[in-house]
Amino acid sequence: MTIELILGLGIPLVLILIGKFVGASIERKHFENIAEREARFQGQPAFSIKQIDAPYPIQSASLASGSVVVSVDHFKRFVSGFRMLVGGEVRSYTSLIDRARREAVLRMKESQPDADAYLNTRLETATISSTNGNEGMGTIEVLAYGTAVHYDSRQ
Amino acid sequence: MILTNIETVPGRRVVQHFGLVQGSTIRAKHFGRDFAAGLKNIVGGELKGYTELLQESRAEATSRMVAQARDIGANAVVNVRFTTSSVAQGASEILAYGTAVLVE
Repeated sequence: MTIELILGLGIPLVLILIGKFVGASIERKHFENIAEREARFQGQPAFSIKQIDAPYPIQSASLASGSVVVSVDHFKRFVSGFRMLVGGEVRSYTSLIDRARREAVLRMKESQPDADAYLNTRLETATISSTNGNEGMGTIEVLAYGTAVHYDSRQ
Repeated sequence: MILTNIETVPGRRVVQHFGLVQGSTIRAKHFGRDFAAGLKNIVGGELKGYTELLQESRAEATSRMVAQARDIGANAVVNVRFTTSSVAQGASEILAYGTAVLVE
C-alpha cells in the first residue's frame, strides 16, 4: 500500500522537480546562447519579403534551411494542466516555442553563414506527437527556410 | 542546380519554365531513437535524434525533387516549398515542391 503510494506520487513528483530545475537551467543557458549568436548575425538580416533594395546587385542565390525538434518537460506539462483550467496564455509553452523558432532561424543562417541577406524566410511548425495522444502538445518541429543571397560587392 | 524559394533567381534571367516538380518521403519516427528521445523528454528541450531524422528526410525529398528537375532539363527550381503532414500514427510525410526553370 505504502509502496504503491510512493510509486504513484513519488515518480511524477521527481519528474516534475527534474523539469523545474534541470529543464529551467537548460532553457536559461539556451536563451543566453541564442542571444549571443543572434548578435553575431546582426549584419545579415532575414526578411519575410521577396524583394529588397539591395545596396549591391545580387550575385548568387541558394536555399538555406534549419530545423529543430523540441519537447516539453514534465514541469511545463504540469503547469499547463492548471492553465488549461482557468484559460489564458500558457507562458511555459510560449517560451519553449520561442526558443525553437529562434534556434531554427539561427540554424538557417548558419547553414549559409557568409550570405548577406535571407529573403522570403518561412517558418513552419509541425506536430510530431502529442502528449498522451489526447491533449496538449508533446513534440513539435520548427523549420525555417529562405533564399540566401550574396551581394556583388566588387562595384 | 540552383534552389530558391522566391519567384526568380536573383541576378539571372529565366529562359524557360518546365512546371511543377516534387519529391517526397514518408518516415516512421519510432526508429530505435525513440528510447533516447523518451529519456530526453524528462528534461525537455531539443530532441537531437528527431531533428537529424527529419533533416535527413527533408534532404531525401529535396534530392528527389532535384532529380526530377534534372531529368526534364532544368537547371534551377524556384519557389520551393516544404510541407510536413502526418499520414498515420507515428509516420510523417515530408514533401518538397517547386517550379523547374531554365536560367541563363
